[in-house]
Amino acid sequence: MDPKPLWLLAELTYKCPLQCPYCSNPLDFAGSRFKRELSTDEWCRVFREAKALGVLQLGLSGGEPTLRADLEDLVRHAHGLGLYTSLITSAYRLTKERLAALKAAGLDHVQISIQGADAELSDAVAGTAAYRDKIAAYHYTRELGFPLTVNVVLHRRNLHQVAALIRLAESLGAERIELANTQFYGWALHNRDALMPTKAQLDDAWRVVQRERARLGTRLEIVWVLPDYHEQYPKPCMGGWARAYMTVTPAGEVWPCHAAGRITTLTFESVRDHPLQWIWEHSDAFTRFRGDAWMPEPCRSCPRKTQDFGGCRCQAFLVAGDAGFTDPVCSLSPHRPLIDAAVAQVERAAEAPEWTYRAAPASRALAAKG
Amino acid sequence: MALGPAVPRLHPKARLQHDDVRGRDVLLYPEGLVALNPTGAEILALCDGFRSVADVVAALAQRYGAAAVEGDVTAFLDGLAAKGLVTYGS
Repeated sequence: MDPKPLWLLAELTYKCPLQCPYCSNPLDFAGSRFKRELSTDEWCRVFREAKALGVLQLGLSGGEPTLRADLEDLVRHAHGLGLYTSLITSAYRLTKERLAALKAAGLDHVQISIQGADAELSDAVAGTAAYRDKIAAYHYTRELGFPLTVNVVLHRRNLHQVAALIRLAESLGAERIELANTQFYGWALHNRDALMPTKAQLDDAWRVVQRERARLGTRLEIVWVLPDYHEQYPKPCMGGWARAYMTVTPAGEVWPCHAAGRITTLTFESVRDHPLQWIWEHSDAFTRFRGDAWMPEPCRSCPRKTQDFGGCRCQAFLVAGDAGFTDPVCSLSPHRPLIDAAVAQVERAAEAPEWTYRAAPASRALAAKG
Repeated sequence: MALGPAVPRLHPKARLQHDDVRGRDVLLYPEGLVALNPTGAEILALCDGFRSVADVVAALAQRYGAAAVEGDVTAFLDGLAAKGLVTYGS
Protein backbone atom coordinates (compact mmCIF):
# COMPACT_ATOMS: atom_id res chain seq x y z
CA MET A 1 0.00 0.00 0.00
CA ASP A 2 1.26 3.48 -0.80
CA PRO A 3 2.17 5.44 2.29
CA LYS A 4 -0.08 8.30 3.36
CA PRO A 5 1.15 11.25 5.38
CA LEU A 6 0.22 11.62 9.04
CA TRP A 7 2.20 14.76 9.86
CA LEU A 8 2.35 18.21 8.34
CA LEU A 9 4.79 20.81 9.56
CA ALA A 10 3.58 24.22 8.43
CA GLU A 11 6.42 26.72 8.54
CA LEU A 12 4.27 29.83 8.48
CA THR A 13 7.09 32.37 8.29
CA TYR A 14 10.87 32.44 8.59
CA LYS A 15 10.78 35.74 10.47
CA CYS A 16 11.91 35.21 14.05
CA PRO A 17 12.96 37.49 16.90
CA LEU A 18 15.35 34.82 18.17
CA GLN A 19 18.73 34.13 16.58
CA CYS A 20 19.58 30.62 17.80
CA PRO A 21 22.78 29.42 16.14
CA TYR A 22 21.38 25.88 15.60
CA CYS A 23 18.22 27.00 13.81
CA SER A 24 16.88 24.32 11.48
CA ASN A 25 15.64 26.91 8.98
CA PRO A 26 17.59 27.17 5.73
CA LEU A 27 20.75 29.29 5.78
CA ASP A 28 19.20 31.41 3.01
CA PHE A 29 15.90 31.89 4.86
CA ALA A 30 16.05 35.63 4.17
CA GLY A 31 16.49 35.12 0.42
CA SER A 32 13.99 35.43 -2.41
CA ARG A 33 13.07 31.71 -2.37
CA PHE A 34 11.03 32.13 0.83
CA LYS A 35 9.94 35.73 0.48
CA ARG A 36 6.34 35.61 -0.76
CA GLU A 37 4.48 34.00 2.16
CA LEU A 38 1.32 31.99 1.59
CA SER A 39 -1.94 33.83 2.29
CA THR A 40 -4.51 32.74 4.87
CA ASP A 41 -6.64 31.18 2.11
CA GLU A 42 -3.68 29.34 0.65
CA TRP A 43 -2.75 27.84 4.03
CA CYS A 44 -6.35 26.81 4.66
CA ARG A 45 -6.39 25.04 1.30
CA VAL A 46 -3.14 23.27 2.21
CA PHE A 47 -4.69 22.09 5.49
CA ARG A 48 -7.80 20.79 3.70
CA GLU A 49 -5.74 18.94 1.12
CA ALA A 50 -3.47 17.55 3.83
CA LYS A 51 -6.43 16.24 5.83
CA ALA A 52 -7.90 14.61 2.73
CA LEU A 53 -4.54 12.92 2.15
CA GLY A 54 -4.47 11.43 5.65
CA VAL A 55 -2.70 14.02 7.81
CA LEU A 56 -3.86 14.06 11.44
CA GLN A 57 -1.11 16.01 13.20
CA LEU A 58 -0.36 19.61 12.29
CA GLY A 59 2.64 21.53 13.63
CA LEU A 60 2.43 25.31 13.28
CA SER A 61 6.00 26.44 13.27
CA GLY A 62 8.40 28.90 11.69
CA GLY A 63 10.43 31.00 12.25
CA GLU A 64 8.08 32.38 14.83
CA PRO A 65 4.49 31.44 13.94
CA THR A 66 2.90 33.96 16.32
CA LEU A 67 4.20 36.72 14.03
CA ARG A 68 1.39 35.72 11.64
CA ALA A 69 -1.57 37.94 12.51
CA ASP A 70 -3.91 35.28 11.03
CA LEU A 71 -2.69 32.48 13.31
CA GLU A 72 -6.04 32.24 15.12
CA ASP A 73 -7.85 31.87 11.77
CA LEU A 74 -5.45 29.15 10.68
CA VAL A 75 -5.91 27.27 13.96
CA ARG A 76 -9.70 27.57 13.71
CA HIS A 77 -9.70 26.14 10.21
CA ALA A 78 -7.34 23.29 11.10
CA HIS A 79 -9.33 22.44 14.22
CA GLY A 80 -12.56 22.40 12.20
CA LEU A 81 -10.98 19.79 9.93
CA GLY A 82 -10.16 17.58 12.93
CA LEU A 83 -6.41 18.12 12.84
CA TYR A 84 -4.55 17.92 16.16
CA THR A 85 -2.77 21.26 16.21
CA SER A 86 0.49 22.06 17.97
CA LEU A 87 1.96 25.54 18.22
CA ILE A 88 5.75 25.47 18.13
CA THR A 89 6.86 28.83 19.44
CA SER A 90 9.65 30.79 21.11
CA ALA A 91 6.91 32.56 23.14
CA TYR A 92 8.65 35.90 22.63
CA ARG A 93 6.11 38.61 23.57
CA LEU A 94 3.36 35.96 23.68
CA THR A 95 0.54 37.24 25.88
CA LYS A 96 -2.04 35.33 27.87
CA GLU A 97 -4.76 37.00 25.79
CA ARG A 98 -3.25 35.67 22.56
CA LEU A 99 -2.95 32.18 24.02
CA ALA A 100 -6.55 32.33 25.23
CA ALA A 101 -7.68 33.34 21.74
CA LEU A 102 -5.73 30.41 20.28
CA LYS A 103 -7.32 28.09 22.84
CA ALA A 104 -10.77 29.36 21.84
CA ALA A 105 -9.86 28.72 18.19
CA GLY A 106 -9.16 25.07 19.04
CA LEU A 107 -5.40 24.87 19.51
CA ASP A 108 -4.58 21.52 21.15
CA HIS A 109 -0.99 21.72 22.36
CA VAL A 110 1.76 24.25 22.93
CA GLN A 111 5.49 23.64 22.60
CA ILE A 112 7.74 26.42 23.87
CA SER A 113 11.46 26.37 23.35
CA ILE A 114 13.99 27.44 25.91
CA GLN A 115 17.69 27.82 25.32
CA GLY A 116 19.04 27.31 28.84
CA ALA A 117 17.86 26.79 32.42
CA ASP A 118 18.54 30.38 33.47
CA ALA A 119 18.06 33.81 31.87
CA GLU A 120 21.75 34.44 31.37
CA LEU A 121 22.49 31.35 29.29
CA SER A 122 19.09 31.12 27.59
CA ASP A 123 19.25 34.70 26.35
CA ALA A 124 22.90 34.36 25.33
CA VAL A 125 22.11 31.35 23.14
CA ALA A 126 18.95 32.91 21.69
CA GLY A 127 20.76 36.17 21.01
CA THR A 128 17.61 37.90 22.27
CA ALA A 129 16.29 38.58 25.78
CA ALA A 130 13.38 36.15 25.69
CA TYR A 131 13.72 34.05 28.86
CA ARG A 132 11.29 36.10 30.93
CA ASP A 133 8.60 35.90 28.26
CA LYS A 134 9.10 32.15 28.01
CA ILE A 135 8.66 31.56 31.73
CA ALA A 136 5.55 33.74 31.77
CA ALA A 137 4.13 31.86 28.77
CA TYR A 138 4.78 28.47 30.38
CA HIS A 139 2.57 29.56 33.26
CA TYR A 140 -0.12 30.92 30.92
CA THR A 141 -0.30 27.62 29.04
CA ARG A 142 -0.84 25.75 32.30
CA GLU A 143 -3.44 28.26 33.52
CA LEU A 144 -5.32 27.88 30.23
CA GLY A 145 -5.19 24.08 30.41
CA PHE A 146 -2.94 23.42 27.42
CA PRO A 147 -0.73 20.36 27.41
CA LEU A 148 2.80 21.74 27.41
CA THR A 149 6.02 20.57 25.86
CA VAL A 150 9.26 22.25 26.87
CA ASN A 151 11.74 21.98 24.02
CA VAL A 152 15.48 22.44 24.43
CA VAL A 153 18.10 22.02 21.75
CA LEU A 154 21.20 20.65 23.44
CA HIS A 155 24.79 21.45 22.51
CA ARG A 156 28.21 22.06 23.97
CA ARG A 157 27.23 25.20 25.89
CA ASN A 158 24.06 23.97 27.64
CA LEU A 159 24.38 20.18 28.05
CA HIS A 160 25.61 20.68 31.61
CA GLN A 161 22.17 22.09 32.48
CA VAL A 162 20.11 19.00 31.65
CA ALA A 163 19.20 18.29 35.29
CA ALA A 164 18.14 21.91 35.86
CA LEU A 165 16.11 21.92 32.65
CA ILE A 166 14.23 18.78 33.68
CA ARG A 167 13.52 20.29 37.10
CA LEU A 168 12.26 23.45 35.41
CA ALA A 169 9.83 21.44 33.24
CA GLU A 170 8.74 19.47 36.29
CA SER A 171 8.08 22.61 38.34
CA LEU A 172 5.99 24.03 35.48
CA GLY A 173 3.82 20.91 35.34
CA ALA A 174 4.77 20.25 31.72
CA GLU A 175 3.67 16.99 30.07
CA ARG A 176 6.88 16.57 28.10
CA ILE A 177 10.36 17.86 27.82
CA GLU A 178 12.17 17.32 24.55
CA LEU A 179 15.90 17.24 25.04
CA ALA A 180 16.92 17.45 21.43
CA ASN A 181 20.59 17.02 20.83
CA THR A 182 21.58 19.27 17.94
CA GLN A 183 21.14 17.66 14.55
CA PHE A 184 23.58 19.18 12.11
CA TYR A 185 21.60 20.81 9.31
CA GLY A 186 21.03 24.41 8.34
CA TRP A 187 22.56 26.83 10.83
CA ALA A 188 23.63 24.01 13.11
CA LEU A 189 25.84 22.53 10.39
CA HIS A 190 27.28 25.97 9.69
CA ASN A 191 28.09 26.26 13.42
CA ARG A 192 29.01 22.62 13.94
CA ASP A 193 32.38 23.09 15.61
CA ALA A 194 30.91 25.57 18.09
CA LEU A 195 27.92 23.37 18.98
CA MET A 196 29.29 19.82 18.94
CA PRO A 197 29.53 18.42 22.46
CA THR A 198 32.25 16.19 23.80
CA LYS A 199 31.57 12.51 24.44
CA ALA A 200 32.00 13.12 28.19
CA GLN A 201 29.33 15.81 28.16
CA LEU A 202 26.89 13.50 26.40
CA ASP A 203 27.61 10.62 28.76
CA ASP A 204 26.98 12.82 31.80
CA ALA A 205 23.72 14.18 30.39
CA TRP A 206 22.48 10.70 29.44
CA ARG A 207 23.10 9.46 32.99
CA VAL A 208 20.98 12.36 34.29
CA VAL A 209 18.18 11.53 31.84
CA GLN A 210 18.10 7.88 32.92
CA ARG A 211 18.04 8.81 36.61
CA GLU A 212 15.30 11.41 36.09
CA ARG A 213 13.17 9.09 33.96
CA ALA A 214 13.22 6.56 36.77
CA ARG A 215 12.28 9.25 39.30
CA LEU A 216 9.50 10.91 37.28
CA GLY A 217 7.79 7.97 35.54
CA THR A 218 4.72 9.12 33.58
CA ARG A 219 4.57 12.47 35.42
CA LEU A 220 6.93 14.01 32.91
CA GLU A 221 7.85 12.39 29.62
CA ILE A 222 11.52 12.97 28.88
CA VAL A 223 12.29 12.72 25.19
CA TRP A 224 15.98 12.36 24.38
CA VAL A 225 16.77 12.99 20.73
CA LEU A 226 19.97 11.07 20.02
CA PRO A 227 23.17 12.89 19.11
CA ASP A 228 23.59 10.88 15.94
CA TYR A 229 27.25 11.73 15.22
CA HIS A 230 28.06 9.77 18.38
CA GLU A 231 25.98 6.74 17.39
CA GLN A 232 27.05 3.63 15.55
CA TYR A 233 24.01 3.45 13.27
CA PRO A 234 21.95 6.19 11.65
CA LYS A 235 18.61 7.41 12.91
CA PRO A 236 15.46 6.23 11.09
CA CYS A 237 15.10 9.76 9.77
CA MET A 238 11.45 10.89 9.48
CA GLY A 239 10.46 7.22 9.74
CA GLY A 240 11.69 6.84 6.15
CA TRP A 241 11.73 9.31 3.26
CA ALA A 242 8.26 10.50 2.25
CA ARG A 243 6.46 7.88 4.32
CA ALA A 244 4.65 9.97 6.92
CA TYR A 245 5.89 13.59 6.94
CA MET A 246 5.63 16.74 4.90
CA THR A 247 6.93 20.22 5.50
CA VAL A 248 5.43 23.22 3.74
CA THR A 249 7.72 26.25 3.72
CA PRO A 250 6.50 29.86 4.11
CA ALA A 251 6.30 30.42 0.36
CA GLY A 252 4.67 27.05 -0.36
CA GLU A 253 7.44 24.65 -1.36
CA VAL A 254 6.77 21.13 -0.08
CA TRP A 255 9.65 19.14 1.36
CA PRO A 256 9.87 15.58 2.79
CA CYS A 257 11.42 17.10 5.95
CA HIS A 258 12.33 20.56 7.16
CA ALA A 259 15.96 20.25 6.03
CA ALA A 260 15.43 18.68 2.59
CA GLY A 261 15.34 21.98 0.70
CA ARG A 262 19.14 22.12 0.83
CA ILE A 263 19.43 19.08 -1.42
CA THR A 264 20.20 20.82 -4.72
CA THR A 265 19.83 17.64 -6.78
CA LEU A 266 16.09 17.38 -6.05
CA THR A 267 13.28 19.38 -7.64
CA PHE A 268 10.78 20.80 -5.18
CA GLU A 269 7.24 21.76 -6.10
CA SER A 270 4.97 24.41 -4.63
CA VAL A 271 1.38 24.23 -3.41
CA ARG A 272 0.89 27.31 -5.59
CA ASP A 273 1.45 25.17 -8.70
CA HIS A 274 0.18 21.70 -7.76
CA PRO A 275 -2.31 20.00 -5.44
CA LEU A 276 -0.67 18.54 -2.34
CA GLN A 277 -1.75 15.04 -3.34
CA TRP A 278 0.10 15.28 -6.65
CA ILE A 279 3.21 16.54 -4.87
CA TRP A 280 3.06 13.70 -2.34
CA GLU A 281 2.46 10.99 -4.93
CA HIS A 282 4.34 12.16 -8.01
CA SER A 283 6.88 14.94 -7.39
CA ASP A 284 10.57 14.22 -7.80
CA ALA A 285 11.37 15.30 -4.25
CA PHE A 286 8.94 12.82 -2.72
CA THR A 287 9.39 9.84 -5.02
CA ARG A 288 13.19 9.81 -5.43
CA PHE A 289 14.02 8.08 -2.13
CA ARG A 290 10.71 6.51 -1.21
CA GLY A 291 10.97 2.76 -0.56
CA ASP A 292 14.35 1.02 -0.89
CA ALA A 293 14.99 0.66 -4.64
CA TRP A 294 17.35 3.67 -4.54
CA MET A 295 19.60 2.15 -1.89
CA PRO A 296 23.27 1.51 -2.59
CA GLU A 297 25.42 -0.93 -0.65
CA PRO A 298 25.94 -1.31 2.26
CA CYS A 299 22.21 -0.54 2.75
CA ARG A 300 20.82 -2.69 -0.05
CA SER A 301 21.75 -6.03 1.52
CA CYS A 302 21.62 -4.79 5.14
CA PRO A 303 19.05 -6.32 7.51
CA ARG A 304 18.78 -2.95 9.26
CA LYS A 305 17.39 -1.20 6.18
CA THR A 306 13.80 -1.80 7.33
CA GLN A 307 14.65 -0.17 10.68
CA ASP A 308 16.69 2.87 9.69
CA PHE A 309 15.70 3.26 6.01
CA GLY A 310 19.31 4.08 5.14
CA GLY A 311 19.34 6.99 7.58
CA CYS A 312 19.10 10.60 6.54
CA ARG A 313 19.20 11.77 2.91
CA CYS A 314 20.04 15.34 3.92
CA GLN A 315 23.03 14.20 5.94
CA ALA A 316 24.22 12.03 3.05
CA PHE A 317 24.04 15.07 0.77
CA LEU A 318 25.48 17.64 3.17
CA VAL A 319 28.35 15.53 4.55
CA ALA A 320 29.08 12.87 1.93
CA GLY A 321 28.07 14.88 -1.14
CA ASP A 322 25.27 12.71 -2.58
CA ALA A 323 21.73 12.33 -1.23
CA GLY A 324 21.69 8.79 -2.62
CA PHE A 325 24.53 7.57 -0.40
CA THR A 326 24.18 5.70 2.87
CA ASP A 327 23.96 8.11 5.81
CA PRO A 328 27.63 8.80 6.67
CA VAL A 329 26.81 8.35 10.37
CA CYS A 330 26.50 4.61 9.73
CA SER A 331 29.63 2.75 10.84
CA LEU A 332 29.27 0.66 7.65
CA SER A 333 29.37 3.73 5.41
CA PRO A 334 32.60 4.42 3.50
CA HIS A 335 32.11 8.08 4.49
CA ARG A 336 32.03 7.48 8.25
CA PRO A 337 35.58 8.94 8.60
CA LEU A 338 34.07 12.36 7.78
CA ILE A 339 31.86 12.09 10.88
CA ASP A 340 34.68 10.73 13.04
CA ALA A 341 36.89 13.65 11.99
CA ALA A 342 34.24 16.21 13.03
CA VAL A 343 33.83 14.50 16.39
CA ALA A 344 37.58 14.16 16.93
CA GLN A 345 38.21 17.81 16.13
CA VAL A 346 35.92 18.88 18.96
CA GLU A 347 37.57 16.45 21.39
CA ARG A 348 40.97 17.94 20.52
CA ALA A 349 39.93 21.61 20.69
CA ALA A 350 40.55 23.23 24.08
CA GLU A 351 37.79 25.74 23.49
CA ALA A 352 34.83 25.85 21.15
CA PRO A 353 34.92 28.55 18.48
CA GLU A 354 32.34 31.35 18.35
CA TRP A 355 29.12 30.69 16.48
CA THR A 356 27.25 32.76 13.92
CA TYR A 357 23.80 33.83 15.07
CA ARG A 358 20.87 33.08 12.80
CA ALA A 359 19.93 36.52 11.51
CA ALA A 360 18.81 38.06 8.24
CA PRO A 361 22.07 39.91 7.39
CA ALA A 362 24.13 36.75 7.95
CA SER A 363 21.57 34.77 5.94
CA ARG A 364 21.76 37.18 2.99
CA ALA A 365 25.56 37.11 3.08
CA LEU A 366 25.57 33.29 3.09
CA ALA A 367 22.96 33.16 0.32
CA ALA A 368 25.12 35.48 -1.82
CA LYS A 369 28.09 33.18 -1.30
CA GLY A 370 25.97 30.25 -2.51
CA MET B 1 -5.55 -1.62 38.02
CA ALA B 2 -7.99 -4.11 39.39
CA LEU B 3 -11.60 -4.02 38.31
CA GLY B 4 -13.45 -1.74 40.69
CA PRO B 5 -14.78 1.68 41.43
CA ALA B 6 -11.93 3.59 39.71
CA VAL B 7 -13.23 5.97 37.04
CA PRO B 8 -11.11 6.08 33.88
CA ARG B 9 -10.86 9.33 31.98
CA LEU B 10 -9.09 10.39 28.85
CA HIS B 11 -6.30 12.75 29.75
CA PRO B 12 -7.14 16.27 28.51
CA LYS B 13 -4.14 16.18 26.17
CA ALA B 14 -5.64 13.26 24.24
CA ARG B 15 -8.43 13.53 21.68
CA LEU B 16 -10.50 10.81 20.08
CA GLN B 17 -10.80 11.43 16.35
CA HIS B 18 -12.14 9.54 13.35
CA ASP B 19 -9.56 8.99 10.62
CA ASP B 20 -11.65 9.07 7.43
CA VAL B 21 -8.77 8.23 5.12
CA ARG B 22 -7.85 5.00 6.91
CA GLY B 23 -11.35 4.14 8.12
CA ARG B 24 -10.58 3.88 11.82
CA ASP B 25 -10.60 5.84 15.05
CA VAL B 26 -7.40 7.22 16.52
CA LEU B 27 -6.34 8.77 19.78
CA LEU B 28 -4.34 11.91 19.08
CA TYR B 29 -1.97 13.51 21.58
CA PRO B 30 1.09 15.75 21.52
CA GLU B 31 3.50 14.38 18.91
CA GLY B 32 1.79 11.03 18.65
CA LEU B 33 -1.22 8.86 17.98
CA VAL B 34 -2.62 5.45 18.81
CA ALA B 35 -4.68 3.65 16.17
CA LEU B 36 -7.76 2.05 17.74
CA ASN B 37 -9.68 -1.00 16.74
CA PRO B 38 -13.49 -0.71 16.95
CA THR B 39 -13.58 -2.25 20.44
CA GLY B 40 -10.93 0.13 21.75
CA ALA B 41 -12.80 3.10 20.35
CA GLU B 42 -16.01 1.86 21.96
CA ILE B 43 -14.33 1.42 25.35
CA LEU B 44 -12.97 4.98 25.22
CA ALA B 45 -16.34 6.37 24.18
CA LEU B 46 -17.77 4.76 27.33
CA CYS B 47 -15.13 6.46 29.51
CA ASP B 48 -17.27 9.50 30.13
CA GLY B 49 -15.86 10.56 33.48
CA PHE B 50 -18.76 8.96 35.36
CA ARG B 51 -18.57 5.26 34.58
CA SER B 52 -16.18 3.15 36.61
CA VAL B 53 -14.16 0.38 34.97
CA ALA B 54 -16.79 -2.05 36.26
CA ASP B 55 -19.53 0.07 34.65
CA VAL B 56 -17.70 0.09 31.31
CA VAL B 57 -17.37 -3.69 31.44
CA ALA B 58 -21.04 -4.04 32.34
CA ALA B 59 -22.10 -1.75 29.48
CA LEU B 60 -20.10 -3.80 26.99
CA ALA B 61 -21.43 -7.05 28.40
CA GLN B 62 -24.97 -5.75 27.99
CA ARG B 63 -24.33 -4.88 24.34
CA TYR B 64 -22.54 -8.03 23.34
CA GLY B 65 -23.60 -10.64 25.86
CA ALA B 66 -21.58 -11.76 28.82
CA ALA B 67 -18.37 -12.40 26.93
CA ALA B 68 -15.27 -12.36 29.13
CA VAL B 69 -14.30 -8.76 28.45
CA GLU B 70 -13.04 -7.72 31.88
CA GLY B 71 -9.43 -8.63 31.23
CA ASP B 72 -9.46 -7.00 27.81
CA VAL B 73 -10.91 -3.73 29.11
CA THR B 74 -8.48 -3.41 32.01
CA ALA B 75 -5.49 -4.37 29.85
CA PHE B 76 -6.48 -1.83 27.20
CA LEU B 77 -7.02 1.00 29.69
CA ASP B 78 -3.89 0.16 31.67
CA GLY B 79 -1.91 0.26 28.43
CA LEU B 80 -3.13 3.79 27.74
CA ALA B 81 -2.57 4.78 31.37
CA ALA B 82 1.06 3.69 31.06
CA LYS B 83 1.38 6.19 28.20
CA GLY B 84 -0.27 8.88 30.34
CA LEU B 85 -3.31 9.01 28.03
CA VAL B 86 -5.83 7.68 30.55
CA THR B 87 -6.03 8.58 34.22
CA TYR B 88 -7.96 6.88 36.98
CA GLY B 89 -9.97 8.94 39.43
CA SER B 90 -12.96 8.31 41.62
